[in-house]
Amino acid sequence: MKNISGAEAVIHCLLEEGVDILFGYPGGAIMPVYDELYKFENKINHILVRHEQGATHAAQGYARSSGKVGVAIATSGPGATNLVTGIADAQIDSTPMVCITGQVASSLLGSDAFQETDIIGISTPVTKWNYQITKASEISEIFAKAFYIAKSGRPGPVLIDITKDAQFEILKTFEYKKCKKIRSYSSVPAMDNKSLKNAADIINNAKKPFVVWGQGVILGNAENEFKAFLEKSGIPAAWTILGLSALPTDHPLNVGMVGMHGNYGPNKLTNECDVLIAIGMRFDDRVTGSLNTYAKQAKIIHFEIDPAEVNKNVKVDVAVLGDVKETIKDILPLIKSKNHDKWIDEFHNYYKIEYDKVIDNEYNKKKGGLSMAEVIKSLNNHTEGESILVTDVGQHQMVACRYTKFKLSKSNITSGGLGTMGFALPAALGAKIGDPKREVIAVIGDGGFQMTIQELGTIFQTKAAVKIVILNNNFLGMVRQWQQLFFDKRYASTEMINPDFVAISKGYFIESSKVSERNKLDDEVKKMINHNGPYLLEVMIEKEENVFPMIPSGSSVSDIRLE
Amino acid sequence: MKKRNYTISIYTENNVGLLNRISAIFLKRHINIRSVTSSESEIPNIYRFIIVVKVDGEQIIKLVKQIEKQIEVIAAFYHTDEETIYLETALYKVNSKSLFEERQIQNIIKKSRANIVTVKPEYFVIEKTGWREETEDLYHKLKKYGLLQFVRSGRISVSKSSMEISKHLKNNENE
Repeated sequence: MKNISGAEAVIHCLLEEGVDILFGYPGGAIMPVYDELYKFENKINHILVRHEQGATHAAQGYARSSGKVGVAIATSGPGATNLVTGIADAQIDSTPMVCITGQVASSLLGSDAFQETDIIGISTPVTKWNYQITKASEISEIFAKAFYIAKSGRPGPVLIDITKDAQFEILKTFEYKKCKKIRSYSSVPAMDNKSLKNAADIINNAKKPFVVWGQGVILGNAENEFKAFLEKSGIPAAWTILGLSALPTDHPLNVGMVGMHGNYGPNKLTNECDVLIAIGMRFDDRVTGSLNTYAKQAKIIHFEIDPAEVNKNVKVDVAVLGDVKETIKDILPLIKSKNHDKWIDEFHNYYKIEYDKVIDNEYNKKKGGLSMAEVIKSLNNHTEGESILVTDVGQHQMVACRYTKFKLSKSNITSGGLGTMGFALPAALGAKIGDPKREVIAVIGDGGFQMTIQELGTIFQTKAAVKIVILNNNFLGMVRQWQQLFFDKRYASTEMINPDFVAISKGYFIESSKVSERNKLDDEVKKMINHNGPYLLEVMIEKEENVFPMIPSGSSVSDIRLE
Repeated sequence: MKKRNYTISIYTENNVGLLNRISAIFLKRHINIRSVTSSESEIPNIYRFIIVVKVDGEQIIKLVKQIEKQIEVIAAFYHTDEETIYLETALYKVNSKSLFEERQIQNIIKKSRANIVTVKPEYFVIEKTGWREETEDLYHKLKKYGLLQFVRSGRISVSKSSMEISKHLKNNENE
């Protein structure tokens, strides 16, 4: 191409990378790019969010449901700083995302110009990579690198800042070459056969082996390899919150969730297994509880793509570095066929205890206010495990992840590591656009919903058929639960007087209804699912419900409480 | 675990903002950087940072992994003091009067193998290259004669064992 502007070059870079959706918000320093978007509107669909934070979460939701790189675009200054929360979220949850920000003209850099901010400095600790373009001639190479870095190896967010003069500058020639390698970066560490063999020996000799898997299985598209590994080795497996949906809920070897609000058995038995096999997970403190008492009796094998995660929190006996799709495939022939029925029974026994003490009471509740679990049960009944669940952060998130039944991978989208309230509504919009054929259900608390409530406007404008379920207890429930358990019920600033969510929804022309009675719940859920288009269902739930089981912060996984 | 001095050698591409990215790794963990220097390395266009921190044996491994993880870092290594040849340079600016009036000063300079870099009617400048203890020792000896200015560089060091940067570059290029 000849004689095109930097701004047009940006569009061609995006097209070359197969980008057809952008989530963004225009402003002064990015206007030349928006002017080109106007010309290319039949090739790239720009979704106008209502706040830049929404653009990042929508891009994350899009990336997580589609497996592609999500792209967010904003102007300089406040536009750029509003992206930071979503970038930090994508960094800690390894979501491939490219953020593009406008910047003041290069001649003004450092002059405290209008809407100038050092977004490179600000975003450095929360990006996998970032770069400031000041010359149009850099655009092609930097975009190619950005997309390669965002999606290769352990994925993550990349930010490109482009000065306004670079957008205006005319390029005599433009050509695009996809980036396939960077000499200072090895995306996937080399696998070594010795550690693979050592791992296989330990697994083959294990009496009580236990798998804990994370999002690495999903990010690596390794669901089939992973399932084959489990079925051959007969090893029970539990998920971290981001690993959820990689293996169907009803798979006989799926024994539930580990971590602070995970299932009773997987947490208890973490400290009784003889071999712990961690696959594509990073031993987050919400998974391990106190490290001094975490799986000390077990030999630990860690399948991991990021060398910096090995021995970071938990010392391992064998690290198998590499892409889990490759390493799990390669270990399969070395693994002996076995079954561990007696060991798996121990999980079932713990499940029975949890069922009697916790699950039955909330999932099959018959009296009193509605429980969060009942709502999830109703959703399960009407979605047949085939929808995408998007959750925010807090009690509803734990309950939804504990009880939702999944048949398909890439079906659970939540803010795990950063715990970003306000994530769900824009993420659900992005998820729906990333996989339009699937039902997307956002389950959100009344607190988090109000953090990005303005994205109802985007949902209305795009007509994205997102189903929104607000679990309303008029409390910041998780904080309230901690106040009840650890701060002698001093409910400091956790009670919320909420607006009429149904009326707000109506204001955005989104169909909505509200339910608080048990006998009407199922019908309302059914009505929502059958509605063609976006829908908001507000469910009034029990005000002071607690989420159990629970590992109190800093306690051992074996000290998990049922009440 | 016991804390000790570690010298971290980081080979990088030459990019704006990389120092910020590397220092952020220490900031996030509340670790004080004791000294930092940067210069072009033995390979053209590849830069080398030398950072000294006092941490324990487990921390240093984690830090270096986090550094190596940065896209534009080619490789990072860490060494204890015993595993490196290292030096710092210090400059001492002293009032000229004392050079002529205090005999002792000339002996101090001679004994500590320092060099006089420049002599002006008002002041003279002494340079001493060596270990921290040596430049520190000279500092204390000269202090009583009235130091006008004192400055010490960050550590520069080479490792006793080899650091195979070219191999790293080749591996990545062959991927």
